[in-house]
Amino acid sequence: MTVESALRRTPLYQTHVEAGAKMVPFAGWEMPVQYDGIKEEHIAVRTHAGIFDVSHMGQIEVEGPGSLAFLQRAVTNDISKIEIGGAQYSLLLNDEAGVIDDLFVYRLGHDRYLVITNAGNHPADIARLGQIARDFDVYVRDASANYVMLAVQGPNARRILERTLHLDLPPRMRVGARQIGRRPAIVCGTGYTGEDGVELLIDPEIAPAIWTELIDAGVVPCGLGARDTLRLEVCFHLHGNDLTGETDPISAGLGWACAESTGFIGSDQVAVLRANGTDEKLAPFLIEGSGIARQGNPVMLDGEVVGEVTSGTFSPSLEKGIGMAYLRPDLSEPGTELEIDVRGKRRAARVSSKPLYAKEK
Amino acid sequence: MSEASYPEDLRYHPEHDWARIEGGEATLGITWYAQDSLGEVVFFEGPEIGSEVTRDQPYSEVESVKAVSDVVAPVSGEVIAVNDSLSDAPEAINADPYGTGWLIKVRLSDPSEADSLMDAATYAASLE
Repeated sequence: MTVESALRRTPLYQTHVEAGAKMVPFAGWEMPVQYDGIKEEHIAVRTHAGIFDVSHMGQIEVEGPGSLAFLQRAVTNDISKIEIGGAQYSLLLNDEAGVIDDLFVYRLGHDRYLVITNAGNHPADIARLGQIARDFDVYVRDASANYVMLAVQGPNARRILERTLHLDLPPRMRVGARQIGRRPAIVCGTGYTGEDGVELLIDPEIAPAIWTELIDAGVVPCGLGARDTLRLEVCFHLHGNDLTGETDPISAGLGWACAESTGFIGSDQVAVLRANGTDEKLAPFLIEGSGIARQGNPVMLDGEVVGEVTSGTFSPSLEKGIGMAYLRPDLSEPGTELEIDVRGKRRAARVSSKPLYAKEK
Repeated sequence: MSEASYPEDLRYHPEHDWARIEGGEATLGITWYAQDSLGEVVFFEGPEIGSEVTRDQPYSEVESVKAVSDVVAPVSGEVIAVNDSLSDAPEAINADPYGTGWLIKVRLSDPSEADSLMDAATYAASLE
């Protein structure tokens, strides 16, 4: 049971409401799910530029001479490979090698890192990192209140940002300190849409003005609905759906984000899973005819349940049902034909390669 | 359509479905409120022609990008037509919920059921 409590609001709440956004509860926050429509917003990001308020996401500062050793122990990827100004995707595991959260780690300085967390997992992340930090010469601090986080994504995102905010933007997977609205800001060449773009960590006080300036420059305001369809088309995991405390990184297809040689917590289990294989594997699928699979739908083969959909939606780019499901490994190869039980109706599906949507070259 | 509207010639069910009663037949659909709550409809698949729908029971679903919503029958009867144009253009349910966005037609099994449905003013007031 969760205790009913007031939903948190980002500093842009009033801006969203005034713009006519539909607000919904999400991970303890009251967030815009859409403005004019998920499809339009999705297409705007694929073809032009969209902006998302992702201030519900958390930021944790890690500082001190033990930073590197601490992060190597705490998260799965090889932190020593991040140069100053670099960014890396990583996982925080529990003692059973289940995924507590998936994260981005930015290296801001020699012994200074910023960890970006998912809203719903942020308290658990803080607790876990704080506990591990006791054994290291490191300072771990929740910095979420310091930032409004905006994702500006799409083929025209960089051009508009550079022109409007007079910014020199870091390239993809790089991070840098900048001035936005005459205040210190952090700009990262990252995102969750499969498009080029950046994420901005800015001073909450100036956030409404910056948001409005970018909207006036033609950037389309987008909600969490489009964020979800965009990420699923390019097969980015969503924690809570495709990753949970019970899923291991290898089954999830995230072995590439695990460097067992660093000795992270859970590395022994991950090494065994990598060597011996797993009972299931996360695979993307396309619905062949009509129908839209949803989270929790059983995947069937010859009348037997062989997996479960963890994310399913309608793809605005492909105009058909898409999703990801945990499947028996022998069925996770692209081309495998399966059925999905969508509330009692069998829908034909085919396992696909990643990503489900790829930009025409 | 972007402005709420509840035509006077329709009868309304509390689950946000409408019926246009014409003699012993009725055309059924979802209300402006229902389509606005759901967002852009991307999928509708009607029941089989000849199947029966039962008052207050779901007979189909409409899906938006994010959500699935049951469509409840405001009246009972046999399905005599399904709006096939919605398989290619489900967005008609948003654009014209009382016109080209109609869902099915039924032959009423108990025409007196219509008497207990709401008129437009009562339904609109129920949304306040």
